[in-house]
Amino acid sequence: MEFWRVPFDADTIQVSLGIVHILEDRCKGCGYCIEYCPKQALEFSTKFNQKGYHPPIIVKPEECVNCHYCEIICPEFAIFSVESPSITEPGQAVTNPNFAVKVKQ
Amino acid sequence: MQEIPIPSKKQPCHPLDDLIRTDRIPHIWCPGCGIGTVFSACLAALKGSGINLRKTVMVSGIGCSGRAAGYVKLDSFHTTHGRAIPFATGLKLANPELNIVVFSGDGDLFAIGGNHFIHAARRNMDLTVICVNNLNYGMTGGQVAATTPHLAKSTTTPVGNPETPFNLPLMAYACGATYIARWTMLHTRDLTDSITEAICKKGFSFIEALSPCPVNYGRRNKQKPMDMLKVYQEKAIIKNHADPSTLDIDFEKGIILGKFIDLDRPTFIEHYDKIYRPSRLQENVPELNS
Amino acid sequence: MKPAVLTGEYFMTGDVACAEGALAAGCRFFGGYPITPATEIAERMAIRLPHVDGCFIQMEDEIGAMAAVLGASWGGVKSMTATSGPGFSLMMENIGLGICTETPCVVVNVQRGGPSTGLPTHGAQSDMMQARWGSHGHYEIIAMAPSSPQEIFYLTITAFDLSEKYRLPVLIMTDEIIGHMSEKVIIPEAKLIKTISRPRPKGRKNRFKPFAPGPNGVAPMPAAGEGYNLHITGLTHDEKGYPVMAVETQTEMMVRITEKIQRNLDDIIRTDSYLLDDAEIAVVSYGISARTSMAAVAEARKLGIKAGLLRLVTIWPFPEDQIRKLADRVKGFVTVEINLGQIHREVERCAGGKVPIFLVGHAGGAIIHPDSVVKLLKEAF
Repeated sequence: MEFWRVPFDADTIQVSLGIVHILEDRCKGCGYCIEYCPKQALEFSTKFNQKGYHPPIIVKPEECVNCHYCEIICPEFAIFSVESPSITEPGQAVTNPNFAVKVKQ
Repeated sequence: MQEIPIPSKKQPCHPLDDLIRTDRIPHIWCPGCGIGTVFSACLAALKGSGINLRKTVMVSGIGCSGRAAGYVKLDSFHTTHGRAIPFATGLKLANPELNIVVFSGDGDLFAIGGNHFIHAARRNMDLTVICVNNLNYGMTGGQVAATTPHLAKSTTTPVGNPETPFNLPLMAYACGATYIARWTMLHTRDLTDSITEAICKKGFSFIEALSPCPVNYGRRNKQKPMDMLKVYQEKAIIKNHADPSTLDIDFEKGIILGKFIDLDRPTFIEHYDKIYRPSRLQENVPELNS
Repeated sequence: MKPAVLTGEYFMTGDVACAEGALAAGCRFFGGYPITPATEIAERMAIRLPHVDGCFIQMEDEIGAMAAVLGASWGGVKSMTATSGPGFSLMMENIGLGICTETPCVVVNVQRGGPSTGLPTHGAQSDMMQARWGSHGHYEIIAMAPSSPQEIFYLTITAFDLSEKYRLPVLIMTDEIIGHMSEKVIIPEAKLIKTISRPRPKGRKNRFKPFAPGPNGVAPMPAAGEGYNLHITGLTHDEKGYPVMAVETQTEMMVRITEKIQRNLDDIIRTDSYLLDDAEIAVVSYGISARTSMAAVAEARKLGIKAGLLRLVTIWPFPEDQIRKLADRVKGFVTVEINLGQIHREVERCAGGKVPIFLVGHAGGAIIHPDSVVKLLKEAF
């Protein structure tokens, strides 16, 4: 995250982070999740699913803030996000712009 | 947030999977169709509202939207074209404890089913009616409907629709609905919140959910699915408590969304019990006429 | 609360007796629409249903009425409606839905002169073929024809019993004459009336299949709200209730809904007879015309004509076997009905050309006089 100046309450901000799960065989390639992800974290993959559609892939997994918008806009129940267990410490995402979330597999 | 089932290594579970007949997924709706989104919002609302899901029933009619009843993992009834509302009326009167959601399309509810909508709203039957308005008869290939915009193309108006469409919230208001809202499937959270409010509220609730129909309406009217969503995004004006007579949909000037009517009046069953079955009324019911 | 069974002796019209029979059978929901000559059934139910904690609603049209009746049945309540010709036509699509979804309910048709608006205040028996084939698609139906207000009381109970046992809409095809005539009706004590209710499911809910037939060909039926997660659709469906657009599923479903009736004809078909054992001429009739025929048979016997009456109580399924057996021993048949030949065709079909068959019909609007039947018996035989 980039800021022009550090907010006064920066040490209390806790940015939620999310992990996106994609049920590829349900996807019909409409592209709504890709278009409306506020972090542009998704893109069409080049692979085909069982029905011949291109499901999305997460290109910027560290950007996902668990807003659930992909989950609610998807007409196919093919994508959802869960809260990432490696939550940032308050203030960490602000003071350390190079912070990378390690996602537990 | 609701509890999320633990994803297994093979196939993660969508949070709404416990309310869907997963053995029938992927569903039949086209890529880009908004019905799935409205259906998903409805399921999220059912889950989040805290109502007793065992006593919750979905009734639908015929059409693409009507297929939703086949995918929800609750007691569900897929009835004849236009007759979801009277069927739901019978269900409710036989067992007033049931929470009934009527999930159907604009053609099913307002053309063939128009008369039933009018009277159920007039009676204030305790039902929640979710109308997915995709501006045409999608299932049968894209014929003109009561909600098709003027001059739009459809298979039965190939050069342009000579008719003008309904203003659905005004109609619901005129008939006596006690909760009226309109959202698009893009305004998913607002839609979910409205459905939650409608389900928890006694009386006849009506929610119009605008949705793209890319294959049948969109193709004939030169709209890609994403175009429709862009229109929803750019032209939506949220005006809660707007006067229903101002709510004609104008895709150029603006589509007014919001929660328009939210009032209380006694339901059919309350009136019926008071007059005919006073032994069913509990002791501390507030005066019905106030 | 007042009793559902109004034990006592009454001078009652057929319509009122029908309503009282329904209440005695356990009916607790009526969704209807006014139509002459069936309105009185709705009016009686409007008064009486609240007495027994039931619910009455006058819907906005007959289509809504039939849909509400099906909905109430799935809500777990015995339900019915009553109408006449024009309303019967409107209800046909939803009767079909009731057949396909195997929903128990009773539909009363107090027949009047038709077609179209016809003669609203005069009786006829001209919807009999419509009762059999009125809805689209191929199916089996049960239809009964009472001949008096007393009989309509009992037949309504039987109709509910059969509809619950075999899970389908059962039709009571009465007529305006029976509906509006007043006769003595004795309603027995409640303990003498034993009713049947739909088979209830056993076993685990999550393994339950709503259309898997039981031993008599009928699937158990839960109600909505009991936790079975039913899916009920008018589309062709498999045993789980899921719509499947395949020829095999269609065949299975059709076999299910037709065989449960065809395999239980002995239980379903009811007929009555008068002087038939040694008869040389079989008069076949039903409803009010059966009373005409009875008088005619009695008169004919005085004239030395050995006529006998086969009174059909169940019209559908048609008692084919009985007609075939009679065709082997009688000299001929006479069908008496207030139409220009509907059940007549069934008698002809089943007699197989072995013996001549005559019709004493009527265009509609009046009771056939026994003299017309006697005249034909004299002239033809």
